[in-house]
Amino acid sequence: MTVSAIEGVGEVEHVLDVRGLSKVYGEGETAVHALRDVDFSVRRGEYVAVIGQSGSGKSTLLNMLGCLDAPTSGRYLLEGLDVANLDERQQAVLRNRQIGFIFQAFNLIPRTTALANVELPLVYAGVGRRVRRERAEAALSLVGLEGRSDHRPNQLSGGQQQRVAVARALVTTPALLLADEPTGNLDTASTTDVLGLFDRLHEAGRTIVIITHDDEVAARAERVVVVTDGRLTEAARR
Amino acid sequence: MSVIEIVRFAMRGLIANRLRSLLTMLGIIIGIAAVILLTALGNGASVYIQSQIAGLGANSITVLPRQPPETAGTDGRPLTSADARALADPQGAPDVASVSPVVTLSATTAAGRATSDVTVVGSTPSYFSGANVQMGTGRFYTDADVEAGRKVVLLGRTVADDLFGAGSDPVGQNVLVDDVPFLVIGTLAPAGQGQGLSNPDENILAPLTAVQGSLTGFGNLSQIVVQARSTEAQAAAESEINSILDRRHGIDGVDARDYQVISARQLADVLDQTLSAFTLLLAAIAAISLVVGGIGITNIMLVSVTERTREIGIRKALGAPPSAILGQFLVESIILSVVGGILGVAVGYAGTLVPLGDFRPVILPAAVVAAVAVSAAIGIFFGAYPARRAARLRPIDALRRE
Repeated sequence: MTVSAIEGVGEVEHVLDVRGLSKVYGEGETAVHALRDVDFSVRRGEYVAVIGQSGSGKSTLLNMLGCLDAPTSGRYLLEGLDVANLDERQQAVLRNRQIGFIFQAFNLIPRTTALANVELPLVYAGVGRRVRRERAEAALSLVGLEGRSDHRPNQLSGGQQQRVAVARALVTTPALLLADEPTGNLDTASTTDVLGLFDRLHEAGRTIVIITHDDEVAARAERVVVVTDGRLTEAARR
Repeated sequence: MSVIEIVRFAMRGLIANRLRSLLTMLGIIIGIAAVILLTALGNGASVYIQSQIAGLGANSITVLPRQPPETAGTDGRPLTSADARALADPQGAPDVASVSPVVTLSATTAAGRATSDVTVVGSTPSYFSGANVQMGTGRFYTDADVEAGRKVVLLGRTVADDLFGAGSDPVGQNVLVDDVPFLVIGTLAPAGQGQGLSNPDENILAPLTAVQGSLTGFGNLSQIVVQARSTEAQAAAESEINSILDRRHGIDGVDARDYQVISARQLADVLDQTLSAFTLLLAAIAAISLVVGGIGITNIMLVSVTERTREIGIRKALGAPPSAILGQFLVESIILSVVGGILGVAVGYAGTLVPLGDFRPVILPAAVVAAVAVSAAIGIFFGAYPARRAARLRPIDALRRE
């Protein structure tokens, strides 16, 4: 399995496909089953919301889907590629090319301009300076922040910071956008703003998996799955 | 992911914590400055001593009588004028340029009411070049003065000042040396304290025959000053002196010798060895402070990794491979130590501009190169552990940290 194999992934119907995924923390009697035998797949262009109470295991699922943590058992195909076979460096490349993260706490690098934050994934992708700048500026204008390139995170509102984060997630044109409670730290106006942005991205054909405990946020998605006690069930289609 | 980007990230990390970076650097600055300064001191002292020894008289060799060890079973023979004549034999000692028999004694000189305690050195004109005597005023005594046993004398600067007043020119005056009148024909140039084995400013020089005739009697010599033909011939001249004197004194082993041969070259070698051992010791002590500075780097980099765990998590989530994280933190510590090293060299250099007594520290270019190389090595060595820790952080653990 090489890096070029990751980049060379062709068109697969399912962006992600999870079979029998389990995650157990600890051992023996103190073992916690965070995920139990989860089957889950997302088609290209789908907008899926994963809802559940806190402690239900939805964050664990996100970590698995984002290649941030390894499952105890089960198989995870991202763009048809079995993630379990990848070493640390290859996983880093995979996260860089195929996944765009949007976190609840924005997770911008402090003391670093919006533009530099958006450029960061491109730096790790080895994109040259000029191209990097163009693409980062394009991503920033896509989220409506073209005038704020030089602002640092502490000079931006929460909504603006989250839009920078979205721009950063988009800039590598990943196969999958993974959002973890993206509106959890935002006021109503900013929430509407960011969700509107997601709608537009969905219309543009992006594949989005959004994790939330907010039913209103989930209502925007075209499909909703529910995680309860580590098990995943499909909610009724709208 | 180019090296330039890694360096840029590292610089950003360091600038974000300016004061801390500077304080960490201070440890390396002090360590490197100490090494540079102390080796420069040692080197400066060495250069100074070499120049002082050169002032003793180039190519000059001094033969002194010595009490042989008790195992030799004899008190030994003194050095005599016959020994001096034998050393001047061009057949037996082809590398010897000149031989000056020397008698010395302590005496009191007087001029009017003024008196001065001096060392009287009686010899021949070849002594002037052999002992590197520099004339102040008047003239040296000549072979004719020696043959005639004329009671003429050259005064060291201190003696002239004591007897006739500071800066005076007493040529033509008479002085009493242990109540024997001598005519002053010249003075010596001031030599300065500590040049040579005794202070030449407190010497008075007179013809051998005059000193022997009026003060010591025609007995044994105090020393024989020999000049080699050249610096290269010095070792050969020394061995010729040894073989001639061994034969004349009936000596069959080095340990049984009743004389010793001292040359500026030997003196320089011994002093140089002592000094370089001393310099090495100083540098080793300074190196300890460098190690302490290095541990400071490890400490601060560990703090920095802990503090920026979340940032590391974000970078990893965005696709930074472990090598990029490793590189970023390693380059941070290398920049700290190398910039510290360069500043340390600058501080050390500034320190050498302060003259200390008679000599000035002299920086060794090799020490500068070594200091910068060592500081880079310190950055790698002491930064490796924190950087590895950062690179090994699991993204999920790093992101969870608030």
